[in-house]
This record gives sequence, structure tokens and C-alpha cells, in this order.
Amino acid sequence: MKEIILDVQNLSVSFDDNKIIDNLSFSVRKGEVIAIVGPNGAGKSVLFRSLMGLIPHLGKVIWTPKLKISYIPQKFGVEKDFPITVKEFLQLKSKDHAKMMSALESVGLKTKSNDYDKHHIEHHLLKQRMGWLSGGQLQRILIAWALLDNPDVLLFDEPTAGIDIGGEETIYNLLKKLNDEMSLTVLVISHDLNIVYKYANNVLCLNKEKICFGPPKDVLDRQALIELYGGEAGFYAHKHKN
Amino acid sequence: MNDLFLQLTVAILIGIGAGYLGSFMVLRRMSLVGDALSHVALPGIALALVWNFNPFLGAFTALFIAVLGIWALERKTELPSETLVGIFFTISLAVGLLLTPEPELLEVLFGDISTINRTDLLITAVSVMAIIAILSFIKRSLTISTLSKDLAKSMNIPVNKINFVFLLMVSLMVALGLKVAGTLLMGSLVIIPAAAAKNISLSASKYIYLSALFGALSSIGGIFTAVFISIPAGPAIVLASGLIFLITLALRTQKV
Repeated sequence: MKEIILDVQNLSVSFDDNKIIDNLSFSVRKGEVIAIVGPNGAGKSVLFRSLMGLIPHLGKVIWTPKLKISYIPQKFGVEKDFPITVKEFLQLKSKDHAKMMSALESVGLKTKSNDYDKHHIEHHLLKQRMGWLSGGQLQRILIAWALLDNPDVLLFDEPTAGIDIGGEETIYNLLKKLNDEMSLTVLVISHDLNIVYKYANNVLCLNKEKICFGPPKDVLDRQALIELYGGEAGFYAHKHKN
Repeated sequence: MNDLFLQLTVAILIGIGAGYLGSFMVLRRMSLVGDALSHVALPGIALALVWNFNPFLGAFTALFIAVLGIWALERKTELPSETLVGIFFTISLAVGLLLTPEPELLEVLFGDISTINRTDLLITAVSVMAIIAILSFIKRSLTISTLSKDLAKSMNIPVNKINFVFLLMVSLMVALGLKVAGTLLMGSLVIIPAAAAKNISLSASKYIYLSALFGALSSIGGIFTAVFISIPAGPAIVLASGLIFLITLALRTQKV
């Protein structure tokens, strides 16, 4: 088994006396894909923010030292009229053109194969305004941005928000490919359980506290889903009195 | 130095500085704050006039205190502080109106560039160059933190420090521009050129450059109009920038 690179022990986060995360413990090994699922307001984004040390918390978050972590926050989009091109956006992270091209190549935007593709990337995509990209294109660019400094770990909050179903699959295929090829550890917040089954090594079901943690096919049983999302219990069990 | 040339030089410098700074303010959704902020200068100028010290200093101090207030609010709540800013700033306008001696009131409210002297030119030139240099230096961090505070923090960008330096530049720029446009109109010198540039720019570099250019053009247009038809320069400059805004609105960049 590979080494543990993230160890979370008894993590609790509160905002104004409201407990958002309660006594959460789990660990992540190098090269794993971890999916975090849970209903709205379950504390998923808050978990990421505390893993990144952006908000105060109780308990321990221990990353292996010198790990490079790239984080893409929730709803990180660029407003339609924000004047910034794709190239300028990527340059905020690295001015190295070759690096930029190889990051774009990694997310499936062909920069080398032939002159037509190269022309398209250089003259159309890179000079395009960020706010005008389609949902799928934007997510690719965000992943390319994250890859620019060769991270060991990628934290991605809802990568497929605002993307149609076909596009969703593509983004997860891409994340899985990066996970395989670069042994990139991926922590991803997702709402789609089918995707979780297909791609994640482990799933963390979170609803303020840990409901389940482990390989999806072992831990995502009916009981866990009922505890996690509630409601469905009635669908099976209720009887009419009259 | 010829009077008109002196006025024109100062106004162009203010236009460039305000346009450059304004491009960041508009992206940071600070248009309203910027507009209301200039009102806070009034009590500062009024006290300077009553106690007989340099009005620029009075204005800058008042603006700086207000900016500290905004900064503290943003840090504490992370919520848009627009309501509080709106209330606090209009109250300072009211207090300033009562304190300002009657003869100076009109000049303080709308600016009077005809009273400008060589010392003002020197202060303006040095300050505008400093503002542009400092903003260029923090441009990358400023842009990332405008896109997302969390993203910036996760990249170890000192978001609060950057924000503080930026607000400091805002108060300096507004204080400088008061001579030209007064406490009521200065905010628009910061906002309108940037809003116009945003209409027709795809890229950040073009946007920032155009914003500064439109600031300068508004000043040139405004000063000449003011001289030729004998109207105050401040409102003429604001109207010139308004005209540029309308033109860019018609030419607005559309997605292809």
C-alpha cells in the first residue's frame, strides 16, 4: 500500500456556534482518487477550505511535508464580461510558454499533433475571453491552470457544475487519466454517485459528520444513502393507513 | 508656465492615474464604494480649511480613515459592506457640508482646476507615477484575488495586505483628483473610463491600457470644452468621459 499523504484527525469547523463539520477523521494515500459526496450544506466545500488552511478549525490536518497542492474553489468561474483572455489567465500562474502548452496538451487540447490544431489553440482558444468559454472548456482550462506547477495533489470542488451529462463524463475521464499518468492524487467533490462508483478509490460521505468512508461499492449501501440524503427511506417503508 | 498648459498637464495625469486604478476598482465591484468614498473627503477638507492646514492632507487623512474602515469590515465579515458604506459616507458628506466655510463650498464640491499651481503639478506627477508603479507591481496578486480570494490564499498570496495597499492607493488617487473634480464628482473619474474600456476589451492588458487612455482623453476633452465655452472643468471632464462611455457602449465587444 502506498504512503499516507493526508491524515485528518478529529476535524471540527464551526461558524458562529454552528457546527459545520463534526469530528471528522479520514486519510488519503498517494495516487488515490477520493470523492466527497453529501447533500447541500453538508460541509464539503468547508472541508476543502480547511484542508487548505483557509479557515480556522479544530483537530489536525496533516499533509506530507513539501507536497504541492493545487486547489480549484467552488463556483470558480470568470464572469462573462471580465476582461481576461485564456492566455493571460494561465500566465498568472506561469509565464513559461512551453509549460503552458504541455499543460494544455495534458487536458486534451492538442497543441502538437498538427498545424490546424496548433493554429486553433494559439489563435482562437488562447486569445478567447475566459468568460466566453463553454462550461466544459472552462473546466479544462482550470485543470490546465492547476497542472501548471506540477502538483502532487489536486483538490477540485464540483468540477462539473454547469456542464451537461456528456461533458461531465469527459471531465472525470480526464481527471482519471491524469491520476493514472501523473500519479496525481485527486480529491473531488461530486454530486453524481454513478461517477463516484466508476472513478473513485474511496468515497467520503459527509453530512456534518462522517457517514461512510471506503471503496464506493463497499460503503455506499442503502443505509448510508438514507443516512446521507434522508427522505428515500419513506419511499420503501411507508404504508397507507386508509 | 502657461495656465492652460499647467491645468491640462495636471488633468491628464489625474485622468491616467484614475483610469488605471479604476480598471481594478471596477473589476473588484467597487464602483459604488469608489463613488461614495470621495464624499468622505469633504469633512477632511472642511477641517483643513477651518484649522488652516493643507486641504489635500485633510482629504487624504479622512479618506485613509474611511479606507481603513472598509478594510476592517471586509476582513471581519467577508460580506459586501455596501449598505454600511452608503450610510457612513453620506453622513460624512452631510457633516462636511455643515463644516465647510460658505465661500469655498462650491470649489470643494465640484473642484476648481484654475487655482492649480506648480507645487500641485509636482505632487500630482510624483504620486501618479508612484500609484502606477505600485499597482503594476501587485497587479498579478490583485487580479488573482479579484478572481477568487480562496484561490489567492491557497497560492500564498497575502490577500489582506494586497487589499490594504490597494485601498491606500485608492484614497491617495481620490485625494489627488479632488482639485480637478471635487468631492461629488471625483468618483466618476475613477469609474467611467474603466467601465468604457471594459465594453470594448477582450484582454486584461488592453482593458487597463484603454482605461488609462480614456481617463487622459476625458481630461483633454473636458479641459478644452471648459475653456472654449467657459464652464467649470470638473463637470466638463465627467461629461467627456460619459460621452466616451456611450461611444464604447455602441461598439461593445460581442462574443463571436
